[in-house]
This record gives sequence, C-alpha cells and structure tokens, in this order.
Amino acid sequence: MTKENAFCRTQYKNGVLNVSIKGEIDHHTAIKTREKIDEAMLSNRPKDVILDLSAVSFMDSSGLGLIIGRASLGQEIGASVRVRNASERIKKILSMAGVCRIQNLIIEKDKENKK
Amino acid sequence: MKSKSVTNKISFNLPAISVNEGVCRSTVGVFCAQLNPTIEELADIKCAVSEAVTNCIVHAYKNALGTIYISVTLYEDRTVKIEIRDKGCGIADIERARQPLFTTDPQSERSGMGFSVMETFTDKLYVSSTVGKGTKVTLKKRLS
Repeated sequence: MTKENAFCRTQYKNGVLNVSIKGEIDHHTAIKTREKIDEAMLSNRPKDVILDLSAVSFMDSSGLGLIIGRASLGQEIGASVRVRNASERIKKILSMAGVCRIQNLIIEKDKENKK
Repeated sequence: MKSKSVTNKISFNLPAISVNEGVCRSTVGVFCAQLNPTIEELADIKCAVSEAVTNCIVHAYKNALGTIYISVTLYEDRTVKIEIRDKGCGIADIERARQPLFTTDPQSERSGMGFSVMETFTDKLYVSSTVGKGTKVTLKKRLS
C-alpha cells in the first residue's frame, strides 16, 4: 500500500517499509513526517524500515532527531531502520551524533544499493 | 582589533513559527548569494541559521508567540556575520546547552545537536543570554 503527502511517501511490501522523504527536513516538516512514518510502522509492523533520503534537499539536526526517533520506535517493534542515499552532508550530521552506536540503525554506504 | 568595512547589511524580524524556519534559511541564503559563496558554504550557512532559528521557536518561546530578530552583515573581507536574537526565556547554563546531545526537550525528539551543528558549519559561534530576557546567537563565517 502506498500513501503520499507533500513530504513523505510510504510503501509496505513483504515485511519491508520503504519511506521516501522529499524536500527539506527541518523542525517544521519533521512533525508531519514523523507522524506519517510512525503510522506506517505501527500499522504494518515491518521487519525493515528503509528511509530513502535521495530526494532530500536539506536536513538539519531536527532530521537527526527524526531518524534516531524512528530507530527507537523500531527497537520497540523489532524493526531495523536503514538510512539510504544520504548525502555526504547528512552523513556528517549523523556521525556527529554517534548514530553508529544505535544497534538497529544502519547508515548505508553508497555502494550498497546501486541499481 | 582592526575594524572591517561593512559592504551590506540586512535586518528583519518575523514570527517564531516553524514554517518560518525555511523562510529564514532562504532569506539569509539569498542575501549571502551576492558574495558568490560555494554551494557548500551556502549550505553550511543555511544549516547553521536553521539550527539557531529552531532554537528560538522550540526553546526560547517554547512554541508560544514570539519574534525572531535576524541581521546579516557582509564585510569587505568576505566574512558573513549573522545574529539571531530572541526575547524568550534565555539559557541558564550556556556551557551545558552547547554540549553535544544535551537537550531540555528530549520528548519531542530534539537531538541536542543544534549548537554542535552551528559550530561545525561556521568559523565562530558566540552565545549570550539572560534568563527571562532572551538570547543572542552570533555566527561568523569567512567565505573563500
């Protein structure tokens, strides 16, 4: 099932929840995006959540909170969270917060998902 | 200290509402564009501004009514100085606030990295604050 709003599209299939986030992730947009992803995670109970950031043009530390918060929810429901296609800038912000210490959160390197 | 000539300056204020986070980024970005920054430099500035403005909205005024005051000064040596001020609750312990991962609002998924991001993407960060009166954040970045 695919659901879409201005910033975030979720698609669930075979235990995997694909989340495509588009545009700018800041405190303002993170609120609705968080609600959208949480709704999809709680209703579908996926094993894997993929946050695809290829269409994200900007992210500040509110996006960091969004990603870490989804990993926390993932821990509650037994899901891993993968961040895919993050720009170098976003990876830098993620590394500043030491997200590598979060067990169920994986920041994919570029080579992992070449189509 | 040798004083530098100011080549241009803008000051504006706007409501401390979350939709204005993007407005502040864009406005400061547009103003700095006259110096032909690199894409990276512009992104750095916009990110730092976004953090400071978000702090005004989330922490200074705690999502209540308030105003953000921003001024951007461009100097002849290509230094950009951005001052973001509020008349909010102020910060009791600035050193603690600037520590990475420290936040007074963990329930809202605040990462506590705002000041760290500002420091990373600018050359200088100054924070002054008085509890009950407000806070001023000054960012400086010298463009290549």
